[in-house]
Amino acid sequence: MNKTINQKAWFFVIPVFVLVAFNAIIPLMTVVNYAFQETFGNNVFMWEGTRWFKQIMLSERFHASLGRQFLFTFIILFIQIPLGIAIALTMPKEGIGVPICLVLMSMPLLIPWNVVGAMWNIFALPDIGFLGHSLNALGFDYNFTQQIGDAWFTTILMDVWHWTSLVVLLSYAGLQSIQPAYYQAAEIDGASRWAVFTKIELPKMKKVLTIAILLRFMDSFMIYTEPFVLTGGGPGNATAFLSIDLVKMALGQFDLGPAAAMSLIYFFIVLLVCWVFYTLMMRNEGNQ
Amino acid sequence: MAKITLKDLSHSYLKTQSSNLDWAVRDVNIDWEDGGAYALLGPSGCGKTTLLNIISGLINPTKGDILFDDKMVSNLNPVERNIAQIFQFPVIYDTMTVYDNLAFPLKNRKIEEDKIKAKVHEIADMLELSSTLNNRASGLTADGKQKISLGRGLVRSDVNAIMFDEPLTVIDPHLKWILRSKLKELHQKINRTMIYVTHDQTEALTFADQVVVMHEGQIVQTGTPVDLFEKPKHTFVGYFIGSPGMNLLPCEFKEGYVMLNGKKIETHTKVKSNNFSKTEIGVRPEFINFSSDGIPVKVLSVSNTGRHKIVDTQSQSGKIKMIAKASEDIPSGSAFLSFKKEYTYAYGDDWIIE
Repeated sequence: MNKTINQKAWFFVIPVFVLVAFNAIIPLMTVVNYAFQETFGNNVFMWEGTRWFKQIMLSERFHASLGRQFLFTFIILFIQIPLGIAIALTMPKEGIGVPICLVLMSMPLLIPWNVVGAMWNIFALPDIGFLGHSLNALGFDYNFTQQIGDAWFTTILMDVWHWTSLVVLLSYAGLQSIQPAYYQAAEIDGASRWAVFTKIELPKMKKVLTIAILLRFMDSFMIYTEPFVLTGGGPGNATAFLSIDLVKMALGQFDLGPAAAMSLIYFFIVLLVCWVFYTLMMRNEGNQ
Repeated sequence: MAKITLKDLSHSYLKTQSSNLDWAVRDVNIDWEDGGAYALLGPSGCGKTTLLNIISGLINPTKGDILFDDKMVSNLNPVERNIAQIFQFPVIYDTMTVYDNLAFPLKNRKIEEDKIKAKVHEIADMLELSSTLNNRASGLTADGKQKISLGRGLVRSDVNAIMFDEPLTVIDPHLKWILRSKLKELHQKINRTMIYVTHDQTEALTFADQVVVMHEGQIVQTGTPVDLFEKPKHTFVGYFIGSPGMNLLPCEFKEGYVMLNGKKIETHTKVKSNNFSKTEIGVRPEFINFSSDGIPVKVLSVSNTGRHKIVDTQSQSGKIKMIAKASEDIPSGSAFLSFKKEYTYAYGDDWIIE
């Protein structure tokens, strides 16, 4: 088939281009602008080359927050994905229980992030919060505002509470799309429950789980509001994840250059991890 | 390896049943002899698959018993019943190779590795899958996948029966023929009970020694293909089997004969009293001839199939199709038809008068 060449078609791309330019490209370019220059305000800029990038890459502070960030993301993925699949497996497949479960599962997802942070902050306060007070009454020395372990525990628990539902809903959708004949055939073949899970359910859920892991990776890697409201990054810098650290640097210390360089590095890490992960997961899909 | 008996079997997917239509399967009594090749024939939605799932143990019937060699198995699960079943759409385990797919039912039953290997290779040879044994099953075409499904049903040599639920639906027509003859050949070789569900009469008649015809949840006739053709016990068998199907015309039952358009017609069995709400006479197009005296009809059209001619005629009571030899001259306009007595049956409320 011959393609028609008509330069007027560009005209139709303009609205999208303008939209994307204003909400993505232009803001990103300002960041790029700051990342290579030094400014003391009054619109005076001095060229700094890659200095900020070198500084960030070598800074221990960045290494520490990046480490915390990866640790946090891995822990919550490690909990949320298996837990989400497990809950999806136990959910009813038909009847009145289905809508009830779905609504209950969606609830945490509908709560604004800063509200989640505030809720958990009050919930976990050692003196008046239900969780904090109960733990202390049970003999645990729990104080998330003072102790690093408790702060991590609370942050992770909060994130699991908030986001496991997303994994559940996606897994549930994946499970529901499996034809009954697969289960019947497995029954005839004498497959164990475990074999049904590993040979039928997991492979059939592969695509939705890929999406779930990607979404949870990106969201948790960029998490800001909830830990900011809950712990403010503390105690000390114990829960200062990348974005919290970034905001501190950009708005707290007004180090715009290094902060801009850090944003770009941050952005490329997210992009790189997503790309590698997606490519690996989809590697064998080509021949199907 | 067992005779399978279904006794007073009924199943409904509803909690309460108010009419016959609420039953997916009702009042089924049948013996499947050990080693027989059966076809379960009927239109979509007549309860074939339900009946199959009941035999294999995937569904628990609402009422009735299932016996294997006079031993109750109603409460046993599919593994304990030891049945192989092949489904309409290919079911394969995506992440496994073709070999592992075929070996899966054996591995689950903890059979020794070298026995599995021998059996898998034997089945793979038979189904021409040997060259792909080490490929991932998900990469195969639809018929390749269905061959794997078939293979998984065939690898176990000790099964009580192998059941096929319209297994060739997704297969290309020319492969259908090959696979079907394969199954037939296989049946002769392994001599195991096979039940083949289909809505395609050609498939049923070529595969089976005994054809079981189902209609609205009931078994209406069991017999050889010839029985079904020559003596349909139910009007449904008459028009479902044969091409074109049986002519069924409303008529009146008299003492000893049938009145059709004011003409006396003798049937295979003499009819008696008439207390049916629906009375019909049935005769296959193959058993109708032109004659000088008989049912007056108008010839509407003739279609030549090459081997014979199918003639559409119009009588007072409805259309009558007949089959004439290709060489035969077909009268135009008015003509008379006569029915062969020994193949002409009377049906009261859809069931044959015997």
